Amino acid sequence: MEAAAAPARAIRVRGVTPGWAAAALAFLGAALVTGVVAGPVDIGVGDVLRSLGDKLGVPGVTSPLDATQESILWDLRVPRVLLAALVGGMLAVAGATYQGVFSNPLADPYLLGVAAGAGLGATLAIAYLPHALAGRQVLPFAAFAGAAVAVALAYGIGRAAGRERDSATLVLAGVTVASFFTALQTFVQQQNTDTLQEVTSWILGSLPNTGWSDVAVLAPYVLGATAVIVALRRTVDVLSLGDLEAASLGVDVRRTRLALVVAATVGTAAAVAVSGLIAFVGIIVPHAIRLVVGTSYRGLLPLSFVCGAGFLILADVVARTALAPAEVPIGVITALFGAPFFALVLRARGSRA
Amino acid sequence: MNAIGLSQVTVSLGGGAVVRDVGVVVEQGEWVALIGPNGAGKTTLLRAIAGLVRHDGEVSLLGRPAASLDRRQRARAVAVVPQTPETPPWLTVAEYVLMGRTPHLGPLARESAGDRDAAARALELLELQPLADRALGTLSGGERQRAVVARAIAQEASIVLLDEPTAALDIGHQQRSLELLDGLRDHEGLTLVAAMHDLTLAAQYADRVLLMSGGRIVADGAPAEVLTEETLAEHYGATVRVVTVDERLAVLPTRR
Repeated sequence: MEAAAAPARAIRVRGVTPGWAAAALAFLGAALVTGVVAGPVDIGVGDVLRSLGDKLGVPGVTSPLDATQESILWDLRVPRVLLAALVGGMLAVAGATYQGVFSNPLADPYLLGVAAGAGLGATLAIAYLPHALAGRQVLPFAAFAGAAVAVALAYGIGRAAGRERDSATLVLAGVTVASFFTALQTFVQQQNTDTLQEVTSWILGSLPNTGWSDVAVLAPYVLGATAVIVALRRTVDVLSLGDLEAASLGVDVRRTRLALVVAATVGTAAAVAVSGLIAFVGIIVPHAIRLVVGTSYRGLLPLSFVCGAGFLILADVVARTALAPAEVPIGVITALFGAPFFALVLRARGSRA
Repeated sequence: MNAIGLSQVTVSLGGGAVVRDVGVVVEQGEWVALIGPNGAGKTTLLRAIAGLVRHDGEVSLLGRPAASLDRRQRARAVAVVPQTPETPPWLTVAEYVLMGRTPHLGPLARESAGDRDAAARALELLELQPLADRALGTLSGGERQRAVVARAIAQEASIVLLDEPTAALDIGHQQRSLELLDGLRDHEGLTLVAAMHDLTLAAQYADRVLLMSGGRIVADGAPAEVLTEETLAEHYGATVRVVTVDERLAVLPTRR
């Protein structure tokens, strides 16, 4: 048995290769810079860096910006860019997680009713709460609560109904709950036509200019959820073999799926609560990465977070500069630019395969 | 030591019993072919042995009651090669085979050098090293089937359950695949239980044949004892001739 003496060939697993990690981080870095620099008030990259150095107390560096510029940079642009990064990263990593956990390439983070539930919660808040209350203070909580109720309901129905075909039943339960909540949301909206525009614009998604408060609220959810998902990334690949095969490899399918779904859902609900429903990021980002890099979930999940963050920062730049001073809903931008880009990637990949 | 011991195993799915009161003992190193008409309960019985369906009665594995094993211990004792395995097209053969190490790892653990060696060895045994970095989506049916067996070998379980391992293969690949399994059985000391539809292949390769019908084991013995024209007529409703070719049985369907 000479063969056993020397494992002739090392087993290579494509996690995140250094090359792709560098490319993804470079993309995110470029997006961050673009996001901070873009806007009606002209602040150059060098000035941003010097202002950052000043803030960090680098000796000999003083900010060249005046008080207004400083305020625009640090109270408006930087938090907004970070908010976009958190929301985009979360939606992308949650979409990739759902695709693996449900062995369904079309799964997106809204699959189990997060969107419909958040939509209903937000609509109820906008329609029935006094206007002062329904603003940015209460709305996220109402949306988050609606999302949580919807997914919990879907999970409960799916568990009660499904024993053998666990994941398929869960998806069906999610679709059922989503249509029910969407119907309720539409009904409430039709009864309250005076707030129609506000509801519609929330549903199309937009990032608020609320400074650091939303960043501070959202960051723990997004970073916590992403940490759980990335820690379990090897198991997501096993789950993508389907319930029975994963179980035959000794995985506790229900509990692992529950942990992943809860992490992805809580993170998504938090993101949706501050940003509204931003379409398409959860599907397009993981698929674009898979088409270009062709990787397993173990690499896909961390790359999705980084690239989703960069993608949404850039989408937000377009949303706030294309028709400035008006803002285009960011959900419109992600779909408008995302869909053709995705079609191009698909085409390029198709002709190579 | 017994590899598998089943006692009064009953599995009910959707209200009806699919496996009824099965009691069988499989010795270590045996190759058992599980045959029977469609719907006889072969797949469900294999799943009960692997702990993938709820069942009544007792299952023991390698001398220990299966109920005393947790999921990962059970998966270190029994590997399953399903009839239609899920093979995500983007995974490479190496990555896929390495997943066989899952029962040896905690949910958060990463593969050690030892795990990689086990996977490399499985690739070698199935002559898959040249394909190690190829995506599963680019493989032929026969290559993919070998990758699935390699995953089971990397699992290092001494019992391997196979559900129709040759169903998707042409006659040449069927033979090569079964020869390979036979070689692995000797080389690795495996116990093989394979659900099979092709009775001639079952007769040629297995030491022992279990015939299931209506959820029960209705015949159990050497191929020549179980594969008789009368028994096959009774349980399959088939008219066949059982002939001996080069000292092994072949089952030929004949027209009434």
